[in-house]
Amino acid sequence: MKPFDEMIKTGGQVRPPYEQLQCWLDTQNPERFAQKARDAENVFRKTGITFAVYGDEEAAERLIPFDIIPRIITGNEWRRLSQGIEQRVMALNAFLDDIYHRQEIIRAGRIPRELFTHNDAYLPEMVGFRPPGNVYTHIIGVDIVRTEENQFYVLEDNARTPSGVSYMLENRETMMQLFPELFQQIKVRPVETYPKQLRQSLAAVAPPGCNGTPTIAVLTPGIYNSAYFEHAFLADQMGVELVEGSDLKIENGKVVMRTTEGNRAIDVLYRRVDDSFLDPLTFRRDSALGVAGIMDVYRSGNITIANAPGTGIADDKALYSYMPEIVEFYTGRKAILENVPTHRCSEPDTLKYVLENLADLVVKEVHGSGGYGMLVGPAATKQEREDFALKLKANPKNYIAQPTLALSTTPIMTEKGLAPRHVDLRPFVLVSDRIRITPGGLTRVALKEGSLVVNSSQGGGTKDTWVLDD
Amino acid sequence: MLLGRTANGLYWMFRYIERAENMARLIDAGLRMALTKTSDAPEEWSSVLMSAGVKIGYDAKYGEYNASLVSDFLLRDLGNPSSVMSCIETARSNARMVRTALTREAWESVNETWMILKSTLAAAVPETDLPRVLDQIKRETAIIRGAFHGTMLRNEIFNFARIGTFIERADNTARILDVKYYVLLPSISYVGTTLDNFQWESILRSVSAHRSYRWVYDVEYNPVNIADYLILNARMPRSLNFCYSNIVDNLKFLANDYGTRHACHDMAESIMTRLENNDIRTIFDNGLHEFLSDLIYQTYGLGSKIAEAYNFD
Repeated sequence: MKPFDEMIKTGGQVRPPYEQLQCWLDTQNPERFAQKARDAENVFRKTGITFAVYGDEEAAERLIPFDIIPRIITGNEWRRLSQGIEQRVMALNAFLDDIYHRQEIIRAGRIPRELFTHNDAYLPEMVGFRPPGNVYTHIIGVDIVRTEENQFYVLEDNARTPSGVSYMLENRETMMQLFPELFQQIKVRPVETYPKQLRQSLAAVAPPGCNGTPTIAVLTPGIYNSAYFEHAFLADQMGVELVEGSDLKIENGKVVMRTTEGNRAIDVLYRRVDDSFLDPLTFRRDSALGVAGIMDVYRSGNITIANAPGTGIADDKALYSYMPEIVEFYTGRKAILENVPTHRCSEPDTLKYVLENLADLVVKEVHGSGGYGMLVGPAATKQEREDFALKLKANPKNYIAQPTLALSTTPIMTEKGLAPRHVDLRPFVLVSDRIRITPGGLTRVALKEGSLVVNSSQGGGTKDTWVLDD
Repeated sequence: MLLGRTANGLYWMFRYIERAENMARLIDAGLRMALTKTSDAPEEWSSVLMSAGVKIGYDAKYGEYNASLVSDFLLRDLGNPSSVMSCIETARSNARMVRTALTREAWESVNETWMILKSTLAAAVPETDLPRVLDQIKRETAIIRGAFHGTMLRNEIFNFARIGTFIERADNTARILDVKYYVLLPSISYVGTTLDNFQWESILRSVSAHRSYRWVYDVEYNPVNIADYLILNARMPRSLNFCYSNIVDNLKFLANDYGTRHACHDMAESIMTRLENNDIRTIFDNGLHEFLSDLIYQTYGLGSKIAEAYNFD
């Protein structure tokens, strides 16, 4: 069956949100257009908007391919999506508060206790501790896919340290540079307020003892991290310091950074370092990326860490299948956004079913990310499926399986003109004194014809995403 | 207020950009000398390596001195931390680290230089192409300087970058002079032989001063004037006096900004006083080599004191 295309209906008609774009495309000279695509690439390379691919020495710095055809979402579609997202992030924060305190959801028998007992993402250090403002996951990127005009699914909730927001911002910036006339014709809701909102959000959850304007810093693992560009970009746009673990230490119960005028205390740390590297005294001892003793400062309420340590339990893939229950439990309403039906391979009957239907399923590692270690059944060879089945049987707990969704497509510019490719969407959400959702998000697109894998580490590209102001 | 690491990144970023440019100049001067039949080419290349401060590394790798080996070592060899390519790599890494402190123009100029030189220096440069490549390197670093001067706010970020530039430059000029100090000694004769003239011009060329010298002094090269020009002249942008007066000024801005003076301020000012209240005859009388090697040593010490004062040691 042909997947749902967001621009062209089955009969060849253009869907309403794309009508104006189509008119404009009709007036474009293909050569000028090709030139614009090259211009865009040059802008990205010059600016150094690159990412690193681990284990790939040659391509130490690569560009994420950018496609110049925007992806368009109507105001109505967005309203529904954003309501669903808001409900979901509220539930996620309520859930985190609960499982680190009274664990009502377990007592109510809605989710099994085993999910936490042997799960590295659940941090005993967080038990009984309540972060400032009662916010655990401040910055979330919710991955959403579409299969029909009105059918959206949440693929995963990135509740730890979601990346990609700099691409959302740079993609818009680039589009406005390349096609200013387009933005005069079509009213698109702005995204460029994001850094300011991020700063406001972070400032609003400063520790209670902080007087005056809180000092905020972004903690990066350093220039060799794959998302370093984004860390620098966000620090720059917010006008805050970009720090590394080596800049920080504990002094008089506060986390301080070493500056040209001595040590300065930090109130809010937006960390882009994983939990396990955050504090060598509490977590991985060999970590040089974090700050020794920061967890003690955190627990005594002298610094806010965003996102809070231990939020990973909320986007653990083993937990994902319980999200509909979780949303309903904490918000008292059915989830507005649906989950993808998920098979837990830990259950013997399910494992049997998954093994028998590998050719139709997508199988993911519970703790994996970035498209690594997953099997896309329909796209895999027989040999790949057999190899994967062995891994699956060896450690069923480690896997979940989902039906292969017919992801929607949108057109990209290819050498032969427009051609449909599969996309997903990652809207970015800020949770603080209130919830702020940037209209749109990052659209990732699988550039290879027919491919369903949109991850940048696996050859995916990105597009500017427009929410119409209609 | 800056992170100590950011101050460090700025300081080294600009030291390495300056060094890359100086390398190009040194190779240029070496090529010129090698063209003059009267000179001993291997001897010249050896002293180029000495001025660049990388002779030990070179000798460990090669057994002879010639234009193609030396220029390859100074341009492209990533095993040589002072080669142009190494310098640009290091400068760019530092720029990436301090990106939040740079304007978009300043960052892009460094990034573009890196992209361009990475491709220019991807393969060995044939001798016939050397002049073009050297020009390109000088042009690229000039663009970085231009973007930086044209767009950066004159604050502490600017000061740390400038201090890096002038510490590196002072070190470089002092080394060039020290390696060739013997050809400047007036003991043998005040009227130079043809060879002397080439040597003198080569020194000036290494600091791009062979033309401006004539505007200030005379058409005839004279070793005392050359030394005076490169050490004491306050207007020559690569002289020790000029470098130190910039170091002192930038340190003063920092002291005013932060409201604190450190040991590095006293040290820089005392070196400056020595350069101001000196004449070239006295320097020659007390020993040119002694003067220069002491200055190299002091400059090194000043760099450490600055790092210590501003928490980036």
